[in-house]
Amino acid sequence: MTMLPTHTEKKLGLVIDLDTCVGCHGCVTACKGWNTQNYGAPLSDMDAYGADPEGTFLNRVFNYEVAPADGGASQTVHFPKSCLHCEDAPCVTVCPTGASYKRVSDGIVLVNEDRCMGCGLCAWACPYGARELDYDAGIMKKCTLCVDRIYNENIPEVDRVPACVRTCPAGARHFGDLGDPDSDVSKLVAERGGMDLMPEQGTKPVNKYLPPRPKDTLDKQPPKALETVAVEAEGFLGWLDKALEKL
Amino acid sequence: MHPAPSVIVFTSISGLGFGYFIWLGLGIPDLYGWEAFAAFFVAYAFSVGGLLASVFHLANKKNAIYSFSQWKTSWLSREGILSVLALLAFAVFAIGRIFFATALPVFGYLGAALALLTVFSTSMIYTQLKTVPRWNMPINPVLFLLYSVAGGALLSMQPKVAGVLIVLLTALQVAGWMMGDKRLAESGSTKGTATGLNTIGQVRLFESAHTSRNYILDEMVHMVGRKHAQKLRMISIVALGAVPAALLLLLPPNLIVTLVALASHVIGVFASRWLFFAEAEHVVGLYYNRD
Amino acid sequence: MTRPENIQIETSPPVSDEIRKTTCYMCACRCGINVHMKDGQIAYIEGNRDHPVNQGVLCGKGSSGIMQHYAPSRLRAPLKRVGPRGSGEFEEISWEEALDIATGWLEPIRQTDPKKLAFFTGRDQSQSFTSFWAQSYGTPNYAAHGGFCSVNMAAGGIYTMGGAFWEFGQPDWDRTKLFVLFGVAEDHDSNPIKIGIGKMKGHGGKVMGINPIRSGYNAVADEWVGITPGTDGLLILSIAHELFRSGKVDLDYLRRYTNAGFLVNAEEGPEKGLFLRDADGKPLVIDQKTGKPEAFDKPGVIANLAASQGENRTVFQLMAEKYLAAEYAPEAVAERCGLSAERIRNIAAEFARVAFEEEISLDVEWTDWKGEKHDKMIGRPISFHAMRGISAHSNGFQTARALHVLQILLGSVEVPGGFRFKPPYPKPPEAHPKPHAGVTPGKPLDGPHLGYAMGPEHLLIEEDGTAKRIDKAFTWENPFSAHGLMHMVISNAHAGDPYKIDTLFLYMANMAWNSSMNTADVIRMLTDKDENGEYVIPHIIYSDAYSSETVAYADLILPDTTYLERHDCISLLDRPICEAEAAADSIRWPVVEPDRDVRNFQTVLVQLANKMGLPGFTDEGGNAKWVDYADYIQNHERRPGVGPLAGWRGKDGDKSGRGEANPNQIEKYIENGGFWIGHIPEEAQFYKPWNKAYQDWAVEIGLYDSPLFYAFNLYVEPLRKMQLAAEGHGDVQPPDHLRDRIQRTMDPLPTWYEPFENTNVDVDEFPVHALTQRPMQMYHSWGTQNAWLRQITGKNYMYLPKKIWQENGFEDGDYARITSVHGSIVVPVALHEGLNDHTIWTWNAIGKRKGAWALDEKAPEATEGFLLNHLIHELQPPKGDGMRWTNSDPVTGQAAWFDLRVKIEKADPKPDEAQPVFPPIKSPVGKGPKNVARKI
Repeated sequence: MTMLPTHTEKKLGLVIDLDTCVGCHGCVTACKGWNTQNYGAPLSDMDAYGADPEGTFLNRVFNYEVAPADGGASQTVHFPKSCLHCEDAPCVTVCPTGASYKRVSDGIVLVNEDRCMGCGLCAWACPYGARELDYDAGIMKKCTLCVDRIYNENIPEVDRVPACVRTCPAGARHFGDLGDPDSDVSKLVAERGGMDLMPEQGTKPVNKYLPPRPKDTLDKQPPKALETVAVEAEGFLGWLDKALEKL
Repeated sequence: MHPAPSVIVFTSISGLGFGYFIWLGLGIPDLYGWEAFAAFFVAYAFSVGGLLASVFHLANKKNAIYSFSQWKTSWLSREGILSVLALLAFAVFAIGRIFFATALPVFGYLGAALALLTVFSTSMIYTQLKTVPRWNMPINPVLFLLYSVAGGALLSMQPKVAGVLIVLLTALQVAGWMMGDKRLAESGSTKGTATGLNTIGQVRLFESAHTSRNYILDEMVHMVGRKHAQKLRMISIVALGAVPAALLLLLPPNLIVTLVALASHVIGVFASRWLFFAEAEHVVGLYYNRD
Repeated sequence: MTRPENIQIETSPPVSDEIRKTTCYMCACRCGINVHMKDGQIAYIEGNRDHPVNQGVLCGKGSSGIMQHYAPSRLRAPLKRVGPRGSGEFEEISWEEALDIATGWLEPIRQTDPKKLAFFTGRDQSQSFTSFWAQSYGTPNYAAHGGFCSVNMAAGGIYTMGGAFWEFGQPDWDRTKLFVLFGVAEDHDSNPIKIGIGKMKGHGGKVMGINPIRSGYNAVADEWVGITPGTDGLLILSIAHELFRSGKVDLDYLRRYTNAGFLVNAEEGPEKGLFLRDADGKPLVIDQKTGKPEAFDKPGVIANLAASQGENRTVFQLMAEKYLAAEYAPEAVAERCGLSAERIRNIAAEFARVAFEEEISLDVEWTDWKGEKHDKMIGRPISFHAMRGISAHSNGFQTARALHVLQILLGSVEVPGGFRFKPPYPKPPEAHPKPHAGVTPGKPLDGPHLGYAMGPEHLLIEEDGTAKRIDKAFTWENPFSAHGLMHMVISNAHAGDPYKIDTLFLYMANMAWNSSMNTADVIRMLTDKDENGEYVIPHIIYSDAYSSETVAYADLILPDTTYLERHDCISLLDRPICEAEAAADSIRWPVVEPDRDVRNFQTVLVQLANKMGLPGFTDEGGNAKWVDYADYIQNHERRPGVGPLAGWRGKDGDKSGRGEANPNQIEKYIENGGFWIGHIPEEAQFYKPWNKAYQDWAVEIGLYDSPLFYAFNLYVEPLRKMQLAAEGHGDVQPPDHLRDRIQRTMDPLPTWYEPFENTNVDVDEFPVHALTQRPMQMYHSWGTQNAWLRQITGKNYMYLPKKIWQENGFEDGDYARITSVHGSIVVPVALHEGLNDHTIWTWNAIGKRKGAWALDEKAPEATEGFLLNHLIHELQPPKGDGMRWTNSDPVTGQAAWFDLRVKIEKADPKPDEAQPVFPPIKSPVGKGPKNVARKI
């Protein structure tokens, strides 16, 4: 049923640190690899070695430049993007077949592939471009938050996190219950001013983004200027003599 | 979005089909026997053709049957159910008129109401999408209904009514375009809100996440040139509005005039529908566009 | 309908039948990976949590290894060329025939003139083995790809402090507070840097990126310093100026652990500029307490940096004199560096602040080389890392030196919070082998090919001054070319300068495309024929796993396996995977067997060696010692008890480092997840070159045979020896045309001079610097055959700074003509605001030749993708003296890729494809499948 639950027991999601993501695409291909072998149809690649390759990915990393309002040098920000598992997920309610749903137990938004007819309306309803129709399977694919990892008793407990989180070399991706204010992820969001993407869309995303820390501050708040001990070699020798004595 | 010609043709035609049904259901014109057969054949061909086309566009048709299940929440589901109900109601109505020379007005009114609701549901599939600000405004359902009813009136050979509706439609369509042009800005969504980086400064795309295409780019990130759009709007106004309205309102009514007006109108509807899709800026484009 | 809470999904599916742990080879980083197997096939690859390099994480390349393994571009069987070179016309042959052909070429020249074989091994991770093979064969012409990669950094580091970055050492990530990064190729220490940056940011540390381009690590840097290319050395020396001016140098560190206190001979003559030495040849210092000259390493002696003996002053005084000069003042260098003087001063002040005001101290006792006990380890929490960005210039060696010296001035090398060596480093230059090129037909070479020359006597030149090596390494043109000059091999072989060769044997280097400067000319040289209609380079053998561009230019192809089908050792004898806290090595092993008629290249070398009966590979009776590479890995001993792998040595596998060969060693590695790790004791963790506990541990595990205490070389005496020769002293004399250059560039103290291209070309005509970078998700040319990665970066743009973008009126979708003094390309452009105003750049090796890599000929890589290589020549522009001046660093011979200067104009009309366009080559493996959706 594509009616959204009024309440979910948990709000599992990701916290993505834009200050730390170096843009290596590790999360992109780890996701692609895991989700090709697991939940539902494989993520296909059409014309894989051809002139116009086109495949399904559930997570992609963009790269933006931001020109600071104060006129400083433009900053480069790597920007990973996948399903935000919104509380008010428009992709769920528009689904005509009941394939899209939000889980009551953990808030994960999933597509039941046995129901999906591939109409694409959910992708249209999503402001974030988080859903991609797989051209080979004809089924809508999206981030499952690795629902087949996070509870998987066949893998070590420490690995029961989404594939993208497990692989992230810079530690820029965090997973947890954002509904629990005491969880590590909630604390991180509070501490770093975690933000929503396109809040004006009213989707209430569960995933949060940690903004880049202030950059290029050296010339604005310079360290104490270095004092001169000598301007030329001879003066320097005098200073050196004294300095060595003191050691 | 990327406007596929088939989608444009079929959504336009199916709108006309349901519009025709609305008039037929009201008994305008009041047809029986072979004449009724011909009229209902056209109405069914148009409306069912449109619906089949949308099924044809599904990537996974075998699950299409489930699309009748989500009437509580999904406008697409509602459209499906309503259209089937409308077509069923008209089946009874048409059989009565073709084979039994019976009017069965209850089925006609019921069918007309269902057809109207079907068109409304169709319009709501688009209108509900906050992600496409240009679609997400109340005038859109009105336009969809007017397109349908005006086209239906033309098919129903009511030149004067059609003429008046077309004048109204054209005026509202122009208003719709003008309102639509401001919608993305009014939505408040920008590259800055999309990335949350507006707190730092002006955001621009440096490198896309992928140099190859993907479903999102195929479907939702199609930019139509502004000049091109303006030209098409003019063509559209002339073809769907000015020419038919002039023919219908200024010339004495006759079949040829009505058919010429219909032909012009349909061409205009195609152009306008192409624009409806082509000009639809999905907010996901904020992530992808370089401007 | 089922309500959401009632939908049943499988949340505990079985992931795989088995996990096989091996080592990644998607780039040079060598992370541990878990390969999940399902039905005997590879299903999924993730990082190995226990592995010292990556600790479980894996980057975009590693995580898509499965698509590399299954790439349709994999070669399938040995190939014999049947059409003209470059046509791609091949016939599949048996291994027996392939080995016969190869030995048919190799054995006759081995018996007559072994130097007629040039064996160069590209991005080889088995150099201690391939060099052993080449040495046994007897040719002097062997090297891997370091000469066109980062030899400046390596050699600059070894000569200065007995180690450099990446494989040699790493920041103390847990404690460093400011991490300063100069231009880096991402695959050099790929995941450890990412892990480290993440860790630092978590601790509140700051990252400074000094790079013309703000991307990748520089994007997350808290402070971006958008320097003009080629001026890093100038910036560093200006910072040094500031540190001297303010006395912000670690005097105690300098006097104890470096040659800052060594007395330098001031007397005119053959000894000028050399250290004063005692009767045992030990450099002298003036003892701070007694005021007497003493051997620098004598227990109890602490050098007085301010002392002098007559005119003879200490290194430190010479440095003060040099760097306090006005030419290094921020005001004097600012414009050339593209930075303001204020910014340079602030950077210097920040370095000093972090080093000296945020000093850290660990309560760990340790004993130094002179027997003095210390109760603390004092740390300076500033650390540096740099790689090819500053290396690949003709002033790269001195720039790398400058950076290492800067770290030492701050006292931040081998201290808590600073830069730390990884075993087997530290290792001073004199402990490395010397270069060898002594050829005897039918016999092995007289020693290792590559090494560290300590003076003119170690150069590899004939009596008449001509080069002994085909690449002219270790000649007066580039005396300290510790990694050889792979980029000069084809050019020199074609020119017959210094001599002609018979067989060119290449491994894993795409020399007919992105690995060569001047690609089009290299292709011409490979296909050029002499007056008799014979190829100028008579035989070319190439080994690669994939259908690269270079395959078409070989006569014989020896197809290699993928990284998941092979044995390998990442050895302490070679380029190991150690951490600052531990020695470590690792293996690859065939987690799947090849489904093609291909062989591990190193096994093929064993088979060739056995067929030719090479000494080293066969016993006195001519019997083969090893059947394949795995056999070699397990049973070869380089020195008694020391073999390729350090773990589980001894018959019972109970010894580490030293011990006899263990027949079950590889099994043990596999059981342990593919690697071995031996931890360094706590008191040995820092001050390694002077720490008794460390030296003892290093000897115990066999890194060296006796302790190797040494002082860091702020002043590099071997450089001065080269200058002395150039001044006319000594028997081994440089040719006259090089004397000035040697004098100028081989300064024993770090110096800066304009990159050669800046003086060779009209900088007004070619005002712009052009660079390449490697995307984090691709490794040289390999990424393209990977169906996932090529969707991320399937074409490249030339990125232009806003200034150039606006001045030329560029718009999205435009093409530009980029012209250097050597050539011209027409390519798509895009805007990059975070870019030095005088610099343009593009991603490296995205452009592909039509027909290569099993891609469609209309693939974007082949139509829109492009190489910058076409603009770069392996030689400097002719100077009218008839000489072939290489476009390389004059000290090490490192290819000066990043010296390139260009001009830009809008291309109107826009071409259909990026220019130049090369005709397609015939693919020996056909084309890849249309669609892929592989679920096991």
